[in-house]
Amino acid sequence: MAMPVRELELDLEAFEGPFDLLLALVLREELDLGEVDVAGIVLAFLERLAEREELDLDACGEFLVLVAALLELKARALLTGEEGDLEDLDPAEAAEELARRLAEYRRIKEAAAWLVERLDEESDRYYRVGPAPLAPVVERRLAPQDPAELAKALRVLTAEPPAVSLAHLELRFPPVEQFLGRFRALLARRTRFDFDTEVEQLTRVEQAVAFLALLELRKAGEIELSQAAPFAPIRVQRNAEPQTERTGTWTARSA
Amino acid sequence: MDRPLRLVAANPLDRLARTLEALLVVASQPLSTEELAEACAEDPERVDLALAHLGERFQEGRSGIILERVAGGWAFRASRGAADACSRLFERPVERGLSQAAMETLAVVAYLGPCSRPEIARLRGVAVDSVVAGLVERGLIAEAGREDGGAVRYRTTPLFERVFGLESLSVLPRLDDLGETDDIRARLEELAEKRPA
Repeated sequence: MAMPVRELELDLEAFEGPFDLLLALVLREELDLGEVDVAGIVLAFLERLAEREELDLDACGEFLVLVAALLELKARALLTGEEGDLEDLDPAEAAEELARRLAEYRRIKEAAAWLVERLDEESDRYYRVGPAPLAPVVERRLAPQDPAELAKALRVLTAEPPAVSLAHLELRFPPVEQFLGRFRALLARRTRFDFDTEVEQLTRVEQAVAFLALLELRKAGEIELSQAAPFAPIRVQRNAEPQTERTGTWTARSA
Repeated sequence: MDRPLRLVAANPLDRLARTLEALLVVASQPLSTEELAEACAEDPERVDLALAHLGERFQEGRSGIILERVAGGWAFRASRGAADACSRLFERPVERGLSQAAMETLAVVAYLGPCSRPEIARLRGVAVDSVVAGLVERGLIAEAGREDGGAVRYRTTPLFERVFGLESLSVLPRLDDLGETDDIRARLEELAEKRPA
């Protein structure tokens, strides 16, 4: 026999009666949850459970859901007015939301109870049940076709397609040395220059290689690089005394 | 019934009624007025008229076969008086052993469907994957498209309506009317009386 959780008899200080009445009163705010001893409810349930030989999993599940909701509701109620905020919701809102969910669940349970009753009433209705009949096959109507048109369409398909050009895939990378030489020559004349201005006229690929050359020079300690902000112009300055020691640090860091 | 057979055969409405009877006895699920009208090549209004005629003949107490309006259509079933005999010979696998969890999930889908598993789980407070799979297998619920997020949504099937003897989902009691125990006061007073003074 199933054990209806809602009919669980409670004998607590604040309340005496069946569990579902307690729930109803709490939801209607006619009973202050703060006064209710939830542990007492759990004990009563466990006692009832112990009286049975079989473990009623449905009842346990239902009870867990209800008591968890009650506990959370009570926790929110007790924390009202304190600073500690739970999950960013203000306690009153959270309590309201929980109460709403509890009420919603209760309604669903009532609906399920109605369905059970209905099923019981309808248990003496026998009828034929079969698989769904085959859906009628929809006839696909084709527009009238001209064979000559079809031949024309096919002829287009049989023609040799033009050779695909791969020219755009070939990237030509200028040697890095070219830019190394160029920057060194530049630094021989000036102590500093602006990288962006220097490569402005170049193609994207050339700019990339020029940047690699810049990194090479920096690695070798020949120059110092600075940039005010991301995407700001990169300033290049000649290093007075190339330091091999710094090179090591840079490599380690960039690895 | 006491009219001469020749006259009955001559009445076109009677002929239509007999065709409908034939269609319904072959069908394994309810047929809508529209489906019947199409099969008979008749006006839906005339089909309804003929069905009303049939309904008088196939009713409890007059026939072992009952014409009932269920799941948005018309179907024959056994009379309730024959239920005991039927139960000795036939199984009702669809509704046998539906758990409390299954009934609650059915209620959620029937009232709030189409809805997804996460939505049902949020209402029931527990995971519902296996329950939903079981209901799909029984044919009581079926997939009905997807949410924006991609979760499959479910709705109840015509079989659900048939099993529960519902003409349509609209005959379910309003959800707002459920879950509200109006006699709380009365029950409190009753309890107060029982309580030793």
